[in-house]
Amino acid sequence: MTAAPARAGWRLKQPSVVPGFGLTLGLSLAWLALIILIPLCGLAWRSAALGWSEFWAIATDRRTLNALRISFGTAFVAAVVNVVFGTLVAWVLVRYRFFGRRIVDAMVDLPFALPTAVAGIALTTLYASNGWAGSLLKPLGIKVAYTPLGIVVALVFIGLPFVVRTVQPVMEEIDREVEEAAATLGASRFQTVTRVLFPGLAPAILTGFALAFARGVGEYGSVIFIAGNLPNISEIAPLLIVIRLEEFNYPAATAIAAIMLAIAFLMLLVINLLQAWNRKRYG
Amino acid sequence: MADTIPARPAREVASAVNESRPARVMLMALAFAFLAIFLALPLVLVFLQAFSRGLGYFVETLFEPDSLSAIRLTLIVAAIAVPLNLVFGVAMAWAIAKFEFKGKAFLTTLIDLPFSVSPVISGLVYVILFGAQSALGPWLRAHGIEILFAVPGIVLATIFVTFPFVARELIPLMQDQGTGDEEAAISLGANGWQTFRYVTLPNIKWGLLYGVLLCNARAMGEFGAVSVVSGHIRGQTNTMPLHVEVLYNGYNVTGAFAVASLLAGLALVTLALKTLLEMRYGAEIAATRGH
Repeated sequence: MTAAPARAGWRLKQPSVVPGFGLTLGLSLAWLALIILIPLCGLAWRSAALGWSEFWAIATDRRTLNALRISFGTAFVAAVVNVVFGTLVAWVLVRYRFFGRRIVDAMVDLPFALPTAVAGIALTTLYASNGWAGSLLKPLGIKVAYTPLGIVVALVFIGLPFVVRTVQPVMEEIDREVEEAAATLGASRFQTVTRVLFPGLAPAILTGFALAFARGVGEYGSVIFIAGNLPNISEIAPLLIVIRLEEFNYPAATAIAAIMLAIAFLMLLVINLLQAWNRKRYG
Repeated sequence: MADTIPARPAREVASAVNESRPARVMLMALAFAFLAIFLALPLVLVFLQAFSRGLGYFVETLFEPDSLSAIRLTLIVAAIAVPLNLVFGVAMAWAIAKFEFKGKAFLTTLIDLPFSVSPVISGLVYVILFGAQSALGPWLRAHGIEILFAVPGIVLATIFVTFPFVARELIPLMQDQGTGDEEAAISLGANGWQTFRYVTLPNIKWGLLYGVLLCNARAMGEFGAVSVVSGHIRGQTNTMPLHVEVLYNGYNVTGAFAVASLLAGLALVTLALKTLLEMRYGAEIAATRGH
């Protein structure tokens, strides 16, 4: 604020009387490099050392392609389910007052707090053919546990809070007068919701979708119990990495990880852009 | 006559900005059914299964040497990983929230990076870095330093996956609070440490606790990353989530759920404390809820 006109040329930081910039930035960068950057660069370096032809051979291996297809496909379906039900849950939590609302609201975060292995064995037991839900679905000819559908169920569980927690705050900010105006102008309730409210919620819903999708693609603990893990059918990409590691096939594990990381970074970029868009629309 | 007229229009307007009663009941029923099936049922099942062979078996499972060692290892790992992430998380939040500098947005993105990385890859990077086939591997072996398939590797993988929790909670909070209080403290002659200890820390303490709570839950429950680096040595490098897997795959389902119920209990305590913090100190932990 009191600084002289910016004639000094390039400057790392704007002047401030608050101390500790050097110390905290130094600590931050050192910690970041040690824990995150050096290990990730190690992975990048190892996959680069593979050479293009070997990398391509691993990437286009049938089992690798299928594992990636299953991971991305099931995560996509689960994220779509979560968009529908997550938005519904957010709506009910924001708009309706009912007994136990606080508890329901807190429960939405259960997938963040419950260790994934616990969720995995619980969902598997629930959806096995002799489980509570599985035995009800069996007469209908629907098998959930040990099929790709089971993977979707696990990923719906894991991804739900991402959609609810992204959409809920934006929904809370909606000015009720907008709805009143729409109603005054003759819109039915359905028209108001679909044409007035949802366009405003779209960036938040899309962000929630992207977050749930990104999490679902990398998810491991909750999926491996329920998936059945048949190669080419219900084997997810993270599991294939673990299998290759256990076979001491480090090049394959590295290459699959590099592909997943590249896609994950791409999605991170998309999420950041979506969130910037979101913020621009809702200060 | 005059007092009967407003009654109807008032109801009309109310229903025009709310769903009709049947629609509302249907939406709520649908949402509750979804939450019951996907969230409540699995949680209830964990506790019912844990006690399905009685309290005796439950206690017996938890007091087996392998279970005790898994519980101890989980506590040790969290006791190392969480304080480290606390200290460095506060440092990162201080640098990012209190100063304007070039590359700040990029640094913030890097801090969030572990959330976008599959847990399996978070473990894999350390296998590649410290494994026998790496440049460091033979040197480590020659000096008798065990990182992989030992406690240090588990701690590192846990720190990786819990890296963003504290900083991510504190950054928006500290940015909201600005630097006015700190500037006042400095101008009154406080040194940097005093400013942090007596001015900043009281402002951020509930947000900090909130972040530590979530960090701890993830640290104790992490499965994928730890699974890759642990080597699954029973009684030595199995944490509680890994022990759940070992029991489950060994067809000791009740035993697996007994250990799982402890982790589920931890999750419930975490959620309860988190909700309590949000209710009592909502403004002081800012509007950044979620993961």
